[in-house]
Amino acid sequence: MSEPRASGYFRTTYGRDLALLDTRAQKAWLALLCASLLALPFLAGAFVLDLANQVLLTSIGAVALMLLTGYAGQISLGHAGLLAAGAFTTGILFKEFGAPFWVTLPASAAVGAAIGFLFGLPSLRLRGLYLAVSTLALHFLVLHAGQEYETRRGFSTGVVIDSPIQDPRAWYFTLLAAAVATILFSLNLLRSKTGRSWRAIHAREAVAEALGIDVRRAKLSAFVVSCTLTSIAGCLFAYYRGFVSAEAFSLFVTIQYVATVIVGGIGSILGAVLGTLFVVLFPYGIEALMRALGLAERLASVVFAVNYAAFGLAMILFLVFEPQGLVGIWRRVQAWFLLWPFKQRPVGR
Amino acid sequence: MQLAVNIAVLAAIYALISCGYVLIYRVSRVLSLAHGELMMLGAYGLAATASLFSGHPLVAIAASIALAFLVGVAVYAALMWRMTGESVLAAVLATIALGILLRGAMVLAFGNQTQYPLQSLGWTNASIAFGGSARVSAAGLTLILLTAAVYAGLFAFLRMTRWGIRMRAAGQNPLLAAQRGIRLHGVYALAWGLATLTGGMAGMLIACDAGIESTLVTIGLKAFPAALVGGLDSLAGALVGSLVVASAEVLLIHFVDPLLSDVVPFFVLLAMLAVRPWGLFGTREELDRV
Repeated sequence: MSEPRASGYFRTTYGRDLALLDTRAQKAWLALLCASLLALPFLAGAFVLDLANQVLLTSIGAVALMLLTGYAGQISLGHAGLLAAGAFTTGILFKEFGAPFWVTLPASAAVGAAIGFLFGLPSLRLRGLYLAVSTLALHFLVLHAGQEYETRRGFSTGVVIDSPIQDPRAWYFTLLAAAVATILFSLNLLRSKTGRSWRAIHAREAVAEALGIDVRRAKLSAFVVSCTLTSIAGCLFAYYRGFVSAEAFSLFVTIQYVATVIVGGIGSILGAVLGTLFVVLFPYGIEALMRALGLAERLASVVFAVNYAAFGLAMILFLVFEPQGLVGIWRRVQAWFLLWPFKQRPVGR
Repeated sequence: MQLAVNIAVLAAIYALISCGYVLIYRVSRVLSLAHGELMMLGAYGLAATASLFSGHPLVAIAASIALAFLVGVAVYAALMWRMTGESVLAAVLATIALGILLRGAMVLAFGNQTQYPLQSLGWTNASIAFGGSARVSAAGLTLILLTAAVYAGLFAFLRMTRWGIRMRAAGQNPLLAAQRGIRLHGVYALAWGLATLTGGMAGMLIACDAGIESTLVTIGLKAFPAALVGGLDSLAGALVGSLVVASAEVLLIHFVDPLLSDVVPFFVLLAMLAVRPWGLFGTREELDRV
């Protein structure tokens, strides 16, 4: 499936062709990555651990959005609404029935799937802008339902949830498992019939239909899968924060998730992960920069404004100057090393 | 009676804002999701010029309106021209990013306290009795009159003037228009300028009525369903759509639940998308449909 990496490399069996990892070097790098990921919680302090947890948590939603936008080509501006749906399902089940983890997680997934089906219905008739707008509208409806619950039941500031996992290290391993499972699931799904039909409808719908792909089914399945994963991320988010409130799922969160896809690079799972790293670490980077410039005290009350402005600027710069995103840069660097001492790929590839 | 007046004022607000969405979409097929922020920038522009030209309210208003137009042209010249010909998604995302950038920059530049530009202008917002029991604020009345004037002006501009005809031509078929010697960048910049001008005027008047707050952006976003209900490429549609959305919002708030205020427009939008996605007056062929 994956592109041959080095020159002179070719495959002789289907098994080798299906393998996620081609070369020994790749396996070595992966082993190194796994080892460092496993070692991280024992070496890092509380702050870094919290950051790592946030990255892992966000990456689940980002990969889910990448499946939908990056691969199936359906725009969604309602991602925060979906996270909210998962979080509120968890919050409500916990508060009303005292439901444990193993009930709330599947319930959130089910709610996510149902909402995904609902989100997906407009996509059968609408495309492009109009679809984006309908998902935006659904975002507001879901949030309103959540707020309504909060005010009706008197939890006007939010729903408090007791998490079964308290230790940040335990959280790290839980989230790592969840993120890795999501990524493996997505990578394999994309190589299956479903994933290929998503790419086909992304490229050109009419041609995909002519080739015998059920466009409705492909679109709905993209929405359902993406929304289910996001809703599960919402459930984990609720437990991780120990708190559910409609304020946590503003339009800005949606924009952040869309930014992970744009900054990371459309159509790449690696891009979603890189984009997540960028988006989650960005505010901390800005804060560090402000401290370094000695502006931290003066701008203390408007940190969020600095964040917004810088974030908008970064998004614009990526859209204008690097539409391929971080993964585009990554690939260029990789190609530079692979092709060295040559500068270009041989003609005909 | 009071309900009718409320509907009229809200519809005027939505109509004045949504004509910006329609102008930009009709001419360049780009949906500007930064319109709410640009509108707020217009309001801050008024606050700034009001303190700059204190004692000369009319000069201040004229200056702020000119400023709003220039801001729109500047947005196109600095950012959006790079997005001409890019995919729809990229252009929309660029406006979203611009919105976030502006929101942050405005707090940095003007602080996040509520401001009242009307006081700086030295005027008061009188409450005018109207047909028996109903009351309307002076700013609200101005808003209705101004919306009527703006729409009449835009219709005349698009039908009769040379630049208006160029704008319609560019909206119908950009390639053909360019080959006939119309400078597309000029036309697009003008569309952005006019859209920001009308949006900015709406922002200024809302600011005169209720002060400049972050909710202004939400109002800008809520006006978008009005544009879509009427049909994204139809000015007359925007007027009717605003009336529909405003009536639905005011009536539901009054009779059902005040908390609904933020969702009603989007609910109307979804209903419209399900039934008639191209809007009441929109052109059907133009719509990117499956």
